[in-house]
Amino acid sequence: MRATGNFDLVRDIDPATVLSAETRAEIEHWLTKFPADRRRSATLQALMAAQQQNGGHLTDALIAAVAGYLGIPPVWAYEVASFYSMFQLEPVGRHNVAICTNISCWLNGAEDLVRHCEQKLGIRLGESTSDGRIFLKREEECLAACAGAPMMVVDGHYHERLTAQKLDQILDGLK
Amino acid sequence: MSAQPSNPVSAPDHVNIEIDGRALQVPKGSMIIQAADRIGVAIPRFCYHRKLPIAANCRQCLVEVEMGGKPIPKPQPACATPVAEGMKVHTRSEKALRWQRDVMEFLLINHPLDCPICDQGGECELQDVSLGYGRSISRYTERKRVVADEDIGPLVATEMTRCIQCTRCVRFMSEIAGTHELGGLNRGEHLEIGTYIGKSIESELSGNIIDVCPVGALTNKVFRFQARAWELIARPSIGYHDALGSNLWLHTRRGEVLRTVPRDNEAINECWLSDRDRYSHQGLYADDRAVKPMVKRDGAWIETDWDDALGFAAARLRAVSGDAIGLLVHPAASCEEGALLARLAKGLGSAGIDHRLRTLDFADAPVAQPWPLAVAELEKADAALLVGCDLRSELPLVNHRLHQAAKRGAKVHSVGVRRVELRYSPGSNVAVTPARLPGALAQLAAAAAQLPDAPALPEPLREFVAAQPADASAAAIVHDLRQASAGALLFGLDAVRHPQSSWLRALARYIAQASGLAFQEVPDGANALGLAKVGVLPAPGQALDALLAQPREVYVLYGAEVPEDFALGSQALAALRAADTVIAFAPFAGERLRELADVILPIGLTPEIDATLVNLQGVAQTVGAGAKLPGEARPGWKALRALGGLLTLPGFGFNTLDELRGELAPSLAQHPAPGSALGAPPGNTGAAGLQRVVQVPIYRGDAVLRRAPALQEHPLSEPARVWLRGEDALALGLNAGAQVRVGEISLGVGIDPSLPRGATRIDATHPETVALPAYGAIVELAKA
Repeated sequence: MRATGNFDLVRDIDPATVLSAETRAEIEHWLTKFPADRRRSATLQALMAAQQQNGGHLTDALIAAVAGYLGIPPVWAYEVASFYSMFQLEPVGRHNVAICTNISCWLNGAEDLVRHCEQKLGIRLGESTSDGRIFLKREEECLAACAGAPMMVVDGHYHERLTAQKLDQILDGLK
Repeated sequence: MSAQPSNPVSAPDHVNIEIDGRALQVPKGSMIIQAADRIGVAIPRFCYHRKLPIAANCRQCLVEVEMGGKPIPKPQPACATPVAEGMKVHTRSEKALRWQRDVMEFLLINHPLDCPICDQGGECELQDVSLGYGRSISRYTERKRVVADEDIGPLVATEMTRCIQCTRCVRFMSEIAGTHELGGLNRGEHLEIGTYIGKSIESELSGNIIDVCPVGALTNKVFRFQARAWELIARPSIGYHDALGSNLWLHTRRGEVLRTVPRDNEAINECWLSDRDRYSHQGLYADDRAVKPMVKRDGAWIETDWDDALGFAAARLRAVSGDAIGLLVHPAASCEEGALLARLAKGLGSAGIDHRLRTLDFADAPVAQPWPLAVAELEKADAALLVGCDLRSELPLVNHRLHQAAKRGAKVHSVGVRRVELRYSPGSNVAVTPARLPGALAQLAAAAAQLPDAPALPEPLREFVAAQPADASAAAIVHDLRQASAGALLFGLDAVRHPQSSWLRALARYIAQASGLAFQEVPDGANALGLAKVGVLPAPGQALDALLAQPREVYVLYGAEVPEDFALGSQALAALRAADTVIAFAPFAGERLRELADVILPIGLTPEIDATLVNLQGVAQTVGAGAKLPGEARPGWKALRALGGLLTLPGFGFNTLDELRGELAPSLAQHPAPGSALGAPPGNTGAAGLQRVVQVPIYRGDAVLRRAPALQEHPLSEPARVWLRGEDALALGLNAGAQVRVGEISLGVGIDPSLPRGATRIDATHPETVALPAYGAIVELAKA
């Protein structure tokens, strides 16, 4: 990974202007769940909130703002944001489609569904459609819904016992 | 059957273990690797470092462990496995060696093995451990990964493909430096160490990540491709840019210092070194280094030999009476040099000799005092009060000690002319203008006076303190200080150099006394203590202020640069210009010195001479010459011995340095007491305008630092600016980047939220700012 080179952009970031009121309220909500001296614990949910505010991906400014808001060293937030695959660090389509390819789903035909999806949308896993509608998440691992395999998650909602027809229906329904 | 204690005589809180068949007792809770290190059993390791928190992520230190006669089936990391009673550890069993060899193979998977072009080659832990514990051949034929490098500034070079992700540097930056500038990014096979956003490391201790890095991922940028480790000769020396006197090794090749690394001394610098001490050696080789004695004859400089130059100096000194001579001595000059300068002054009949070049208030005859609380003890302090003390820049490694104390819960409070950035959160951080600082301290003194069994306020302070009633926050600070079982009041350089430092010192001494803190004044200069001991101090009334106010006919300028090293730069310039003769013992012969001086005698700097420096704890450290003197330069003590001999003064008859040191021993064993008189009572200046706050930038404190290119490129080295608080800038209609006129000069404006309202910080030692009025003066700013 090459350094983003955005240091000057983020060095004096003001969390109050970069993070929306809703995002800040969401972070406050999560902060209530941890001891007052463990603000670092809310990093994951705070980054999720910031990602949602920004339509599905994080920017350096947002990550730094989250760190500033929590009062933690920015690098702790960069570490978290780059570690978890739930965080997108590049702009992506507005609907996040993640098809599970782990063992149960794979045995039940997940690979065919992925191929179907790729052909239908004309993009590969990890890419977004040119109209910015759909982001096909790269290699999603087990989402703990093996009983309903094959399954996928669209914008946080689980869809189980998928078939190609059902997939078409769901994807076509995304605005 | 109940278990019987295997060794009934074991010490309390200790357990009996066995490592490779050797029985030993170790404290409960210690790790196997610590026990093994104690008895000299070598266990290979990368991520473990005795001064850093345990991470256990390299897995190189796997050992075989037996408990209760049964082997634990899985390998145990020696760095993260606590000892237990009856534990048997095998570090070199067949299994242990196989595990270690296998981990080594994993660690080398993505390592480029580019040793021939790597600066670490020859002093690389990965090379050593691989040779000792790895396979002799590589079985890995797949592609290796490549990691993009980051530019993290002028001091540390990166080659991140070589990184084995031990995270020692990450832990150093967070736990020791306290800046959290590095992190582990991405995960699994893609884990990389970096800053993510691509920034320069701004810590003043950053060079230490080079030392802790076990591979060639982080190397010394200044030293890059200069030499191989085995070409270098290590010579012990000490740092001379602050009064801590960090122990260090000069790595030299044919007498030239190519790099500096720390020399372990738990009582002083542990295994660390500040960047200032590590990279200053570049300054030794500046272009304007004085290499030949020179004499100005009929306005032209003539290079000459030592006899001629010394003869010239002696003749000028002989031609005037003693009270027409002033001696200005740089506070990093060694005790030997200082003693001879004092003898020279005495022999010539001059009492005008001083080393306190940045002091403004001489009312209480200020003399640096040895610290009652040792630096190592500071780490265990429960509370500290910083008075005008920007500890990070003044004593970087003392700040590290206080940082460790703060992590253990010590309460650190600061009151000064700026809010200080310490890399940890102080309990309170008060900034007031220089004029208000005595008042702010008086509030604390008033609160301290109300403590039960507080001593009575000294008479001269009473009226002033009574006029400054303590508020709740002052009472809370003093309460914290009083609760501490051990604590220190650090009287920093912003206070030492303050125009009313006699008042500040008296108030701070009282606060320390009443709240049970050790009073620790930061010495203004690496050998300020030593020079005071050997008598580089004036007679009353002839201190530096008087020496400059009524110019003398002859000045001896010793190692100091005019005007940069003086608080009253323009006054010093004027005095030296007005003098008939300026005899300069100087390591550098810059443009300005050539203008002022009449004779330049090139002398060696601390790394190049045999020298004794007394550090802030009062420890006299004697080191030998580590580097070669440039050209015809001589150690100062030899030049002074020759000059004293020419003048046939008493005290210059010694034949060897040891003889001189023998004579000095009694004076080094004692220390001059400070005075207690006070200057004019602090009052409101009343004048309109902003009060100047002066900082000596961290990398501009002396002539050598100002000539060290890498330090000058560091982000902590900023160009001269007029720093203002946002509100003050707004009131003046200025914004960041605007140009503003201060007296004769024009400077850019910077916004510094750490300043109090009504103050402007214009740093000293910049060529542009040296002629400005001194610390505490009111400056008029006008839009350019």
